[in-house]
Amino acid sequence: MSNTTDTHKATLTLPTDDQILITREFDAPRHLVYRAWTTPELVKRWFGGSHGEVTSAEIDLRVGGAWRYVVSAGGGPESAFHGEYREIVANERIVSTEVFEGAPEAESINTMTLTEQDGRTTMSVLVQHSSQANRDAVIAAGMEIGMNVALDSLEQVAQALA
Amino acid sequence: MARAATTTDVFNAIAEPRRRELLDQLADGERSVNELVERLGLTQPLVSKHLRVLREVGAVRVRDDGRRRMYSVDAGALKPIHDWVSNYERIWSERFDALDTVLDELKEQEQDDVQHD
Repeated sequence: MSNTTDTHKATLTLPTDDQILITREFDAPRHLVYRAWTTPELVKRWFGGSHGEVTSAEIDLRVGGAWRYVVSAGGGPESAFHGEYREIVANERIVSTEVFEGAPEAESINTMTLTEQDGRTTMSVLVQHSSQANRDAVIAAGMEIGMNVALDSLEQVAQALA
Repeated sequence: MARAATTTDVFNAIAEPRRRELLDQLADGERSVNELVERLGLTQPLVSKHLRVLREVGAVRVRDDGRRRMYSVDAGALKPIHDWVSNYERIWSERFDALDTVLDELKEQEQDDVQHD
């Protein structure tokens, strides 16, 4: 059984002006994490988090193949995301494009990497925006932001507000 | 290409890298324009221009200290950005928590398969 008191938090950092890096450790071998990441029926169970329901998950897992997820939050309007697979190394690495259909001109390239140690897997997802213009379009859409005010400064800001 | 208004809100204002550098320099306390010019290696007019944009969106405050104008970060204006980062982080945390549940099931299935072989 998993230790339910051990809540793993996703770590978000902003390595450069146009990148977002998310990392998280899982108590499972990486071939299972990979399976959960690439199997539509399983994606439907986690991609919506606790607020959204994934109403559609399509995955054509081959280089040049397309993916598309549709999420509905609380019966509200649907958000859709889609992209294309650029590079696939089973159980290790997937490079794909991603477009939030609310800001269709802004495509990012996402690199998902899995490393396993002692039966545990660390996942990293690097979101690389393709240009500052695209990144800014996404900022305008309120979805993602490539800003680089050091997170440390933001922590200070947050503490100042507390 | 159409140029989006860069000063309408704090998100757009800090999309400009030099302005983020300015905010970083102000993160640990107030500084004068001259100090900022020195630290950033930019011209005084350029620093003043960026400070003006940051003031317009409320990201920095200014006060007069004798003949010097001292600039500081206005934490309240940066709160939307902090909220955004927190929100993005929360979305991914929720996804990953749900993924934990899926993985637990996959692990159990795999163990069952081994036992039944």
